[in-house]
Amino acid sequence: MLTVSNICKAFDSKAVLKNISFHLDARETIVILGPSGCGKTTLLHLISGLEKVKSGQILLDNRPISKPVPDVALILQNYGLLPWKTNLQNVALGLKIQGISRKDRNTRARKILAELGLGGRENDFPCVMSGGEQQRVAIARAYASKPRLLLMDEPFSSLDAITRETLQDTLLTTWLETSVPYLLVTHSVEEAVFLGKRILILSGSPASIHEIFDNPGFGDVAYRRTSTYYELIRSIRHKIGEYW
Amino acid sequence: MKLIKRIAVPYSITIIVVCLAWKVLAVRVSQNVLPYPEDAIYTFLAALMTSEFWHHFAASAFRAVMAMIIGWGVAFPIGILMGSARRVDKFLSPFVSMTYPIPKVVLLPVVLLLFGLGDLSKIIIISLILGYQVLVATRDGVRAIQPQHLDSIRSLGAGKWQLFWEGYFPAALPHGFTALRLNSGVSVAVLFFVESFATSKGLGYLIMDAWGQMDFNTMFVGIFGMSLLGVILNEGSNFLEKISCPWKE
Repeated sequence: MLTVSNICKAFDSKAVLKNISFHLDARETIVILGPSGCGKTTLLHLISGLEKVKSGQILLDNRPISKPVPDVALILQNYGLLPWKTNLQNVALGLKIQGISRKDRNTRARKILAELGLGGRENDFPCVMSGGEQQRVAIARAYASKPRLLLMDEPFSSLDAITRETLQDTLLTTWLETSVPYLLVTHSVEEAVFLGKRILILSGSPASIHEIFDNPGFGDVAYRRTSTYYELIRSIRHKIGEYW
Repeated sequence: MKLIKRIAVPYSITIIVVCLAWKVLAVRVSQNVLPYPEDAIYTFLAALMTSEFWHHFAASAFRAVMAMIIGWGVAFPIGILMGSARRVDKFLSPFVSMTYPIPKVVLLPVVLLLFGLGDLSKIIIISLILGYQVLVATRDGVRAIQPQHLDSIRSLGAGKWQLFWEGYFPAALPHGFTALRLNSGVSVAVLFFVESFATSKGLGYLIMDAWGQMDFNTMFVGIFGMSLLGVILNEGSNFLEKISCPWKE
């Protein structure tokens, strides 16, 4: 599916990422856990094709990614919704760029908004939506173009605790239904353990992957109520105490 | 009802306050210098029934509206281009910085020589003044677009043209319209200046002609006409902004 090999990235003379390598299988989910400013967003931008790779290679099904493609959907920090577009237009934008007819793209966008509990809010602008609702619109937009890989940049970081957990449940349920693999970056250990089949610890300057955790309990919405969940959180916290 | 509340009420209050202040002033100074407001208003209302007033009004409105369309139509895309393309900005910025502070009305003799004594030269002068304001406001507005909005569009696979159409253009619209609205008053002021030369049509001419004849009531007909034109242009720009930028409501 996605293969990242020996990625390095520098801005001017400052190295940000060093020798990042991992593989994401179809039906898998990976969460990259790292402190703020360590280069998580840069890594996602590289994988999405928004930034050029300095050295190394990123392959999606053995094809290099050199520019943004509809197969890879990216949910940006603070949702990335365009304030001048209605929810329906925001969700349908990717389909419009792909050249899908207005009728078809609006039908698909309406359907997915309804599935995410936003039926009747199609003509509202993002500024009148709550943070949680905006995030659902962003998720709807990502899934509308039927991507083969979903990238998320701290998607729930600016939400309150209850809304965050509700949307984490929504994301997990959607993954169980669609099986679209995702790569999510966060600085929340709880979020990483709930949403990642594997958890990669990113740290250092330039950042590199220091440890990979398998998460066998992943995939159950009730996972938060198990002792395995808390044990893994404890071990990760213990490890990141050494790195961060 | 909403329109009446939003437009008629504040304008009515303003008219009453201005008339009261005017009346006090007119009583204190000679009526030969400042006519009573009721006389000026009566003359204005009577003029509204004449074709001559509307003939002058239409000439001024044509020049102002054409200048706004041309000024905005040229400056808005250039503003977007300068704000979004560093190379274009680097090339055009020195020219804008050098010419922006020049009062464009001083170019009137040159423009009259180049484009003749007709409407075109007057329209060009107003367009120049308005265009610079729109250009600078649009350029600065585009520079202030949040990069994540553009990343969001690019991440969906958008090309340059789609990035312009889905991103830069709608993000720049409120800035372009705000500049247009704020400078509609400037357009009317410049209109008075350019209509003082080489024309026998327009509210500016009407004012200057009446002034020359010491006919102050008729002079105020022209002034009221200019005010009316300013209000129409301002509210028209406001309306255009509202329908083009509904997310700003």
